[in-house]
Amino acid sequence: MRRVIVTVPLVLALVGCGGLAPEGEPVPRPRAGTTVGLMYGAGGRGDHAYNDSVAFGLDRAKVEFGLRTKELKAWAGEGDAPRIERLRLLARSGCDPIIGVGFPNAAAVKRVAAEFPRLRFALLDDASATAANITNLVFAVNEGAFLVGAAGAFKSTKDNLGFVGGVNAPQIRQFEVGYRAGIAHVRPKDRIQVEYLSQAPDLSGFSNPALARTAAARMYASGADVVFQAAGSSGAGVFEAALAAGGWAIGVVTDQAKSATPSVRGRIITSMVKEVDVAVFDFIVTVLRGTVKAGPITYDLKAGGVDYTTTGGHIRDFVPRLDALKRQIINGTIKVPTG
Amino acid sequence: MSPQTPDTFVNRLLGRIKLNGLMALAAPVLAILFAGVITSVVLILTDHPPVDTLLAMVEYGSTPRSLVGIINLASAYYLSAMAVALGFRMNLFNIGVDGQYRLAALIAAAVGGAVTLPKPLHIGLILIVAVAVGAAWAGIAGVLKARRGVSEVISTIMLNTIATGLGAWLLAQWAVPVAGSNNIGTNPIPESGHVPSIPLIPGAPNEVFGLFVVAVLVGIGFHVLLNRTRFGFNLRSTGLSEPAAVASGVDVKKMVIVAMLISGGMAGLVGMPQLLGSSYSYSLDFPPGFGFTGIAIALIGRNNPIGVAFGALLWSFLDVSQNILSLEKVSPEIVTIMQGVIVLAVVIAYELVHRYRIAAEQRRVSRELSAPVGMEGAAA
Repeated sequence: MRRVIVTVPLVLALVGCGGLAPEGEPVPRPRAGTTVGLMYGAGGRGDHAYNDSVAFGLDRAKVEFGLRTKELKAWAGEGDAPRIERLRLLARSGCDPIIGVGFPNAAAVKRVAAEFPRLRFALLDDASATAANITNLVFAVNEGAFLVGAAGAFKSTKDNLGFVGGVNAPQIRQFEVGYRAGIAHVRPKDRIQVEYLSQAPDLSGFSNPALARTAAARMYASGADVVFQAAGSSGAGVFEAALAAGGWAIGVVTDQAKSATPSVRGRIITSMVKEVDVAVFDFIVTVLRGTVKAGPITYDLKAGGVDYTTTGGHIRDFVPRLDALKRQIINGTIKVPTG
Repeated sequence: MSPQTPDTFVNRLLGRIKLNGLMALAAPVLAILFAGVITSVVLILTDHPPVDTLLAMVEYGSTPRSLVGIINLASAYYLSAMAVALGFRMNLFNIGVDGQYRLAALIAAAVGGAVTLPKPLHIGLILIVAVAVGAAWAGIAGVLKARRGVSEVISTIMLNTIATGLGAWLLAQWAVPVAGSNNIGTNPIPESGHVPSIPLIPGAPNEVFGLFVVAVLVGIGFHVLLNRTRFGFNLRSTGLSEPAAVASGVDVKKMVIVAMLISGGMAGLVGMPQLLGSSYSYSLDFPPGFGFTGIAIALIGRNNPIGVAFGALLWSFLDVSQNILSLEKVSPEIVTIMQGVIVLAVVIAYELVHRYRIAAEQRRVSRELSAPVGMEGAAA
């Protein structure tokens, strides 16, 4: 009887685990005491944005496979030394595999992976640190941003769109580049207003909703009717501005028409989802199966790693055209520029 | 200091009035005990065992590897705090250390990455550039104060913001992308600009940044400059009483500019142990914020080179040992609470001890005065 109860979640896990990892192979039960170590980016669990999406994937694996987890986080601007120490603590305390989230953890993963060659490491959103025991989980965010840019351009009646970036850093400029390309592809003459909330290395723009609200309000006031935000937990401010101005907004990372504050959900026409939770979950699955590979795994449109959402039905009329664009990107007819 | 030092709160706060003997030890011990009590209360309120948690921190913080990390971090904190302390001694509040060291580290890293020179020259050039940039950036605030009477508090805060913007722009101009990463940084400094590290702690797998030595030298230089030179005397007297300094022939305006230049020059060194000892490039990830930590540490250390060294090591110990807390399921923010409480406790403890000393002296004096009066009364 007990065995049955144990196997049910495993079957569910196989059904539930995205389209990325090869299915049909048995997921071995975790060795006694498999502990996943995870180091979040700045903000950590509870940021209602990127890191929470990572946590969602981790929690899913934890529940479905009965794993244990140890979670630490990086602090904005603390430099590499303390991150290396913390990651090493995870390695020494018996965690395997270990996941580092975001480029700030790249140097730490590289160092600690070299010291512990028998442990498996994953690095999310960074392909600079490579080794035989590091898997790099990277996303083609420009492709997803292209689609929401096109969706925004279809939706805009004023031919005027906005982009609010959290921090002016390469990571966020990828979103802007794809978004611009998507708008330009559909409506080449549309006006695009762009604002970044802080300049790297100052990362405060990811956690300043008030500033985001002001920036977005300025865009709506000067004629924009759709604003896309890639600003971490600051994004809530963009939604508030959309509500106040009666404009439209585009969410990021998760389907924010489902996850944002209920009062603003009606203003979110689509979100550019980035399946970080799937990437984390799949990595853990491949580790448990023993099929994990080193090197970059790109989560692009083709792999379903990035996409757009239709919750709320605001872009219902444009879905056929958007899906056509999606197919063209996947088969290479449209090349989306990178930052 | 001198017996003429006016006994004001600010002078007591900034350590211009010294405590003697046991009193000098009582204040910091009181402060740390008080911080321990407050932290324990917070730990109990959040359902964590206070003794076990603090012991886990001490145990982790005293491993050889952690000790090296503590010294490395403390080097930067110390330089930053000494830069602030120099200003404090002259009643100048240099809040701009943060912007000064970030801009200095960026430009020094760019220069260091652009040239190739023999080893000592290369390192020397990078350090000189860093000191010059830090001094120049602080010098703007100095000149504004001397020539236009602009408060250095306002101007240095504004220069911090300008340094952030300027730094972001310069980085965008000079940066080379790191392949496959979302990070960008200046061209890495070649091998000839690296400072070899020192195996200071026996048994540690990692080593102390070579420029730790610079922090020690700056501390010694600070002491000599302030206490053994005429410039130092002028600086201290300007800080204590500007009219008195003017009356005794000190050119206060010149002193303001020179003090800001020296403070900024020291600030320029803050990022150097890290830059030349480990990262070799100024990237998006170069640690900001040391300038503000330096203010708190200067207060803890009461602007005294030895006191600041203890303050820097204590702060750095707390920063490093907090790493263990997340594994113990304790929120690492507890350390931020502890650091804040220590700063407040130091200020309060010194003030209490000062007041106790003043009260005790007054009682002693009044006892001595009243005793003969009583005898005279009895005789009459």
